[in-house]
Amino acid sequence: MPKYKQTDEIIKLMSNKQNVRNIGTLAHVDHGKTTLSDSLLAGAGLISQKIAAQALALDYVEIEQLRQMTVKAANVSLLHEKDGQSFVINLVDTPGHVDFTGHVTRSLRVMDGGIVVVDSVEGIMTQTETVLRQAMDEKVKPLLYINKVDRLIKELRLSPQEVLERLLKIIRDFNALLDSYADPEFKEKWKVNPNKGQVAFGSALHKWGFTLPIIQAKGWKFSDIVDSYNKGEIERLQKEFPLHIAILDMAADHIPNPVEAQAYRIPKIWKGDVQSPIGKAMCECDENGPLVICVNKVIVDPHAGPVVTGRVFSGTIHEGEQVYGLMSKAEGRVQQVSLYMGPYREICPMMLAGNIVALLGLDNARSGETLVRPADKDAMHPFEKMKYISDPVVNTAIEPKYSRDLPKLIDALHKMAIEDPTLTVKINQETGEYLIAGMGSLHLEIALWDLKQRTGGIEITTTPPIVVYRESLTGRGGPYEGKSPNKHNRLYVYVEPLNEQTIQLIQSGQVHDDQETKERVKILREQAGWDNDEAKGIWAIDTFVNVFVDATKGLQYIREIKDTIIQAFRLDVAEGPLAKEPIRGLKVKLTDANVHEDTAHRGPGQIMPAIRDAIFQGFLSCNPILLEPIMKLDMKVPQEFLGGVTRIVAGKRGKIISMDQVGNTPVMHLVSELPVSETFDLSDQLRSATAGKAFWGTEFARWAPVPSSLLVETVRKIRERKGLSPNPPRPEEFMSM
Amino acid sequence: MGTLTFIGMGLYDEKGISLRGLEAARSAHTVMLEGYTNLMPGLRLDALEALLGKMPLLLSRGAVEDGGEILRAAEERDVAFLVAGDPFIATTHVDLRLRAARRGIRVEVVNAPSIISVAPGAAGLQNYKFGKSATITFPPPQSDVPYDTLKMNRAAGLHTLFFLDLRAEEGQFMTANEGLRLLLDAERRRGEGAFAPGTLSVAIARAGGPEQLVRAGTAEALSGESFGKPPHSLIIPGRLHFMESDALVAFAGADRALVRGCE
Repeated sequence: MPKYKQTDEIIKLMSNKQNVRNIGTLAHVDHGKTTLSDSLLAGAGLISQKIAAQALALDYVEIEQLRQMTVKAANVSLLHEKDGQSFVINLVDTPGHVDFTGHVTRSLRVMDGGIVVVDSVEGIMTQTETVLRQAMDEKVKPLLYINKVDRLIKELRLSPQEVLERLLKIIRDFNALLDSYADPEFKEKWKVNPNKGQVAFGSALHKWGFTLPIIQAKGWKFSDIVDSYNKGEIERLQKEFPLHIAILDMAADHIPNPVEAQAYRIPKIWKGDVQSPIGKAMCECDENGPLVICVNKVIVDPHAGPVVTGRVFSGTIHEGEQVYGLMSKAEGRVQQVSLYMGPYREICPMMLAGNIVALLGLDNARSGETLVRPADKDAMHPFEKMKYISDPVVNTAIEPKYSRDLPKLIDALHKMAIEDPTLTVKINQETGEYLIAGMGSLHLEIALWDLKQRTGGIEITTTPPIVVYRESLTGRGGPYEGKSPNKHNRLYVYVEPLNEQTIQLIQSGQVHDDQETKERVKILREQAGWDNDEAKGIWAIDTFVNVFVDATKGLQYIREIKDTIIQAFRLDVAEGPLAKEPIRGLKVKLTDANVHEDTAHRGPGQIMPAIRDAIFQGFLSCNPILLEPIMKLDMKVPQEFLGGVTRIVAGKRGKIISMDQVGNTPVMHLVSELPVSETFDLSDQLRSATAGKAFWGTEFARWAPVPSSLLVETVRKIRERKGLSPNPPRPEEFMSM
Repeated sequence: MGTLTFIGMGLYDEKGISLRGLEAARSAHTVMLEGYTNLMPGLRLDALEALLGKMPLLLSRGAVEDGGEILRAAEERDVAFLVAGDPFIATTHVDLRLRAARRGIRVEVVNAPSIISVAPGAAGLQNYKFGKSATITFPPPQSDVPYDTLKMNRAAGLHTLFFLDLRAEEGQFMTANEGLRLLLDAERRRGEGAFAPGTLSVAIARAGGPEQLVRAGTAEALSGESFGKPPHSLIIPGRLHFMESDALVAFAGADRALVRGCE
């Protein structure tokens, strides 16, 4: 039964910032993150201990239970007693599937420490590495929890000494990752040491776990645990060493409180002036400072509407207060302030800096939003743009079978787009159909399932999933001329590919549109070999990773058409000339322009076609290519099935990247890369080829050129699907007479 | 190879075409009319058809700018191209004429009144005292060109004729009131003293037709008046000759003391 009486206590404690911790769990899929969260909830008395391992309280969307995987992050506040002190542990749950790393990144922003869950048998996996790397980017201090230790004892029948060796190897691997990814100042500080209680071991399924200091305090040795388990004394272990105590102790002792954490995290994760009053208040986590809330998640409650969850970095939020969203540029009134206890929301009158809060009444706020008081809207620099690691790469068109269901469908899609910013929903203006785009075939599969649930099972027809491509170029050249329809304006551009460093900088969010020119120029010059003047002339960096540079010198009227040119550039790169797929990796340089002096003769209707003609003419003249999404397949497979798996990979244009034996086991760890276009029946094929004995995870790897032997055919297919003429236009078609 | 005849229609209705233009249009094989210039407030297509004895082909802005259709037709037969105002005041047509010349098409021109001559005359202002003209366009963005032009002309004591933006295909015409407001906005933004609420201004509506209206007064006063149906234009006078002052008082209802101050 939920212990509602704890809520009062927790609110009181939340004002004692020294005893607040904001943590989350991070893991490779199936390593037991959700089971761990559940144990923690059970420990805090929210649900009965017996059903904890089964109920998966955090997965309150049915599909998540089915897939044993948390798709959506939820937040929960827990109370923990240690050495006579009470701690509030705000637990941010994060998804384990890398297809949804957008969620992970936003969750990381609001937490100060992460419990990295690693399966003792599988060890550190690619996704462990990915999430740890992301945690380092957001300055989240990691601690290690090695799960499923019982498998080493029971399944692999290892001796206590062998178990210990296996665990130490995981700790070494973990610390090696910190060596590669942590900032220099944290490399040594954040390495975990089991003797200091920075590593927990246990079985989330059986709800027992410990740290070395915990067992030492009770006079146990490591081998005693193994013996006890071998004797089948699971209930004794649960009683002596409840898992939640081990984890929450670790958090209380080794995760910094919000005051300590914000002092070093704010300067890294926030780009504003830390010497300003707002900056200082955030660094000090001052509950009397200006209000700043960073939103990590919005879910749509069927009764209450959007529930906005985020961290209060400074100030105090009260019920009834007006707040302003810097991203949505909209004001709203907070109708209700609450905190999460698992799936339950508890109403409270206010929430102080350093904590995680849920707000009702803010319909415009989205994940990533920065909320302030209206009076501070000009003084506050919004939290940096969220950096997403992946782009949506697969989409499908959907429509209800009966048109009367359309309003339901639209409503559900609208809510899903609010809750999952990585899911893109758009309307195809020509056909009127709805397109949803996701990070992989599994992501789409889940979204469609979710859609059915939300609409009460209306019948939906979908097209086969479609892979999203990118258009790019390998040559360079210019000047290419674009004339306005009235022939009064002429624009001249050069086109060329962006270098790999620039693409990386933009992709990782280090170089972006809303950045101070000085800072951007410095990064591009030092890390991507840009010429100073050219970098200074950047007008636009669009999300498909293209850059527009103004390289003209003192031309008349150019300033007045700047906005139109940028708008045209963004539209043009969103639908390239080859197959109307987005362009990626293009640098356009405007080198000269003849602009008519009278405003009426150079409106958007004149300038936009001129810039499009110039860009497309250049693009098509400089060896255009098509890029396809490549996915990384990371799998563990028994040796006897290896041949079958490699044949499937090879048959799908795949490449084996690495193949190692897992310890002394007959299991192989296989990493390979495959074009996403070949992966739609991959799961079925792999399952049947391995008798269901392989485990794998997938994630987006990179964009790679479609082999030239397939290029023409692929372009033709995309064009025909879109109802375009089968052959792409020639450059001359963008030259005016 | 045919002949392409550009025929001016004047400013108001089908009767603005000259006798020479009418003859040329009647004898042409094909008559084309730029369809987006329905800024001629009195033009009726059925009346034009009755006058010409044939139905003119309406061309969109895109078709006129592209020009391909007109030029292809004129390569084979005589084409009369009817244009509002005076043909080459609309600068797009110069490009069309150049391309016709390149293709070896014979070009003839029949002129007609243009806003450039009608507006100053209607206000009684003297042609040789006008500086550069400019178009005030719908924001956004707010262009600096109208203000720059006004400032330059006024510094030299010259009058400024402003065309007001029209998006005929969307049925949007800028009123004189809106034009004045945009100039006042520009002054607030720039603060360089080229314009003020008290500046003498002239609003002209439906120039060149029987419903022509000319009003002179301060920008502030004119902003509150209604000038009726489009099209409108504006003149911001520079230094006035005494005869210009008299004309503004007599033809445009200007306040005597106000115009005196501008002499």
